[in-house]
Amino acid sequence: MIKALPRLGLALFTLPMLGGLVVGFVPAFSGGFAELAGWPGLPRAVALSVGTGMGATALSLLLTGLIVAMLHDRPAFAPLRRMLSPLLAVPHAAAALGLAFLLAPSGWIARLLSPWATDWQQPPDLLTLHDPMGLALTLGLVAKEMPFLLLMALAALPACAPAQRLVLGAALGHGRLSAFAVGVWPPLYARLRLPVMAVLAYGMTTVEMAMILGPGLPPTLSAQIAGWLTDAGLRHLPVASAAAIVQLALVLAAMGLWRVAEGAGRAGLRYHIGRGRRAVWADAPARLAAMGLGFGLAGLLALSLAGLGLWSVAAEWRFPADLPQSLTLQTWARALPALGHSLWLTAVIAFGATGLALGLVIASLQFEQSHGLVPDRWAERALYLPLLLPQIAVMPGVQVIALHLGVEGTALAVMVVHLFFVLPYVFLSLAPAYRGWDSRLGVAAATLGAGQTRIFWHLRLPMLLGPVLTAAALGIAVSAGQYLPTLMVGGGRVGTLTVEAVALSSGGNRRLIGVFAVAQLALPAVAFALALAVPRQVFANRRAMLAERGR
Amino acid sequence: MSAPTGLHLESLTVRRGTDVLAQLNLTIRPGEVLTLMAPSGAGKSMLLQALIGALPPGFSASGHIVLNGRKVTGLPTAARRIGLLFQDDMLFPHLSVGQNLQFGLAPGGSKAQRRSRIEQGLAAAGLSGFAARDPATLSGGQRARVALLRALLAEPQALLLDEPFARLDANLRAQIRQATFDATRNLPVILVTHDQSDAVAAGGPVLSLFGQPVSP
Repeated sequence: MIKALPRLGLALFTLPMLGGLVVGFVPAFSGGFAELAGWPGLPRAVALSVGTGMGATALSLLLTGLIVAMLHDRPAFAPLRRMLSPLLAVPHAAAALGLAFLLAPSGWIARLLSPWATDWQQPPDLLTLHDPMGLALTLGLVAKEMPFLLLMALAALPACAPAQRLVLGAALGHGRLSAFAVGVWPPLYARLRLPVMAVLAYGMTTVEMAMILGPGLPPTLSAQIAGWLTDAGLRHLPVASAAAIVQLALVLAAMGLWRVAEGAGRAGLRYHIGRGRRAVWADAPARLAAMGLGFGLAGLLALSLAGLGLWSVAAEWRFPADLPQSLTLQTWARALPALGHSLWLTAVIAFGATGLALGLVIASLQFEQSHGLVPDRWAERALYLPLLLPQIAVMPGVQVIALHLGVEGTALAVMVVHLFFVLPYVFLSLAPAYRGWDSRLGVAAATLGAGQTRIFWHLRLPMLLGPVLTAAALGIAVSAGQYLPTLMVGGGRVGTLTVEAVALSSGGNRRLIGVFAVAQLALPAVAFALALAVPRQVFANRRAMLAERGR
Repeated sequence: MSAPTGLHLESLTVRRGTDVLAQLNLTIRPGEVLTLMAPSGAGKSMLLQALIGALPPGFSASGHIVLNGRKVTGLPTAARRIGLLFQDDMLFPHLSVGQNLQFGLAPGGSKAQRRSRIEQGLAAAGLSGFAARDPATLSGGQRARVALLRALLAEPQALLLDEPFARLDANLRAQIRQATFDATRNLPVILVTHDQSDAVAAGGPVLSLFGQPVSP
């Protein structure tokens, strides 16, 4: 009975998601499919969703593999990791907005090249943004998802014994890339599969990034669905619902296709091994590509964020000047009342959802530990469900449920829905440290007469201060970055920083967009900074605690 | 008739699955040190875990443990009042030396009384003024002393030693060992070791995990 409790909890947790899925699909059957079939943009929207999503996932994974293979134990890796880790906290919308500022015909890149190299005195009439192929969107997705996959890969890497296997491969005459591909990649990829699938599902269905970077007519399928759903009146509900079913089917099919491609990859690897190839020649270009693309992407994102900041304080900034003629805080001052309200709302929702998630995660981990339960593989997979199910397929139904409960448009409902997306990240972030706590300390404490409660509050929890704060910061970043759930369950009336920033993106006020995007960045940034600084302060005089954090 | 003092093991049997790892039927009087010798991996540590009631899953124990006339079998670890010193010192790394001792010190007494007990203990262990120190900055010998002091401040009625001297170098080893046996003169003690000199220094009976005498 007790052993079934974690599964029961997870079932309760996943039911609203599945419920949302089913409820949201109902309107499709009142003529939605016929209307969708009659929409001329459908083939292109589908192709865009599949192409950008699968392309971005494949590129992110390839680059992750290259970087881990060629650089993970090299001196160049430390600065790359330091640059990429904080980028993980950047909300998708802010990253996309920054990239848009960089890539636009009037953006920073064009300015830096003009007029000396291009002769442009006016922004050129080029589709560097919203390009019909979705290249800008793909670039944005890769820049945002590659750091995520890289950090997941680094967490899984020690279990794959890379040092021994690379030495072994080298001793057999393999080049480094070949030794890595044969010895380390297969077990590493097995551990990366779920995150990769999450990246695939997100990439195919992102709404905010597609709105900011993707093509317009037609947009990706998900962006179109979001447009239909937020259209005043509900006349587009059936077609939106039908399209959501198609979108879900596309994601599932793409996952299936991905598995087929995995098989092809394995076959290729077997061929490589069977032929006895060593591929030593591949090392130099692979290293160059890993360095160039890794630092290139990190630099691109860093420049994007800098651009956001600069625009928020720019007074006059004419094309093709590289820098603003002068700086001003006027935009900030004028935006302050609205900004303050949004920031407050975002923070309350993020803290609430994260607090609830932390409570639930710690309670379930403590329950697991105190009852000696082994982690349940199926339960852990179910935990990934909110990351694997496209939000665009789930949220319409969740909105209907919220409407029926009379809570649509309230910050509380938004907070509860955020909880579903925050909780998996908090769990995945905290579980290894929680389970890895040296339980002999607990036994030692018990022999001193300490009961379970005292051990939890005085030993386990304080010792896990660092991991708990990191998990909390991640939760805050996830909540603060949520666009579609906030928009849908909030009914457009819960104006968090992300919702406001994306809403502003269709207008042309770069200064105001900069202000909201910087504010959107600030909340997770402060959270992560505190998660680093607080344990350092608290344990300033506890060497062993600081050493553990250095992992 | 007053309750018999000491630690009585009545047909205490420890199993891994169905394999019997240890079976003991004996009494250890206060002040007596029973040494159990067995090769590594034979289940010495599991016997100690059974005595404190913290057997990991997959292991089981039967029989009875009676401590000073009190049957402790079935009680949670915290209620048994059996202390345990591990091979590692197991000092809590986020607490100062003084806080570690406070954590161990049996409940009761005013704040000032508790603090003075800890100061006295530290002084007796040659560690005056160490209360505010970070345990990580102590030497191996100092950490071992703090661990022993912490175990004794909890006022256990029996003490188990799970190779606590194994990590110390020879010189320190004899010194800490002597300090430990001196401090536990009125407690029943079980020492688990595979070191001959530990067994000789303990001065008590030396048995196998099945109660047969072993010549140290």
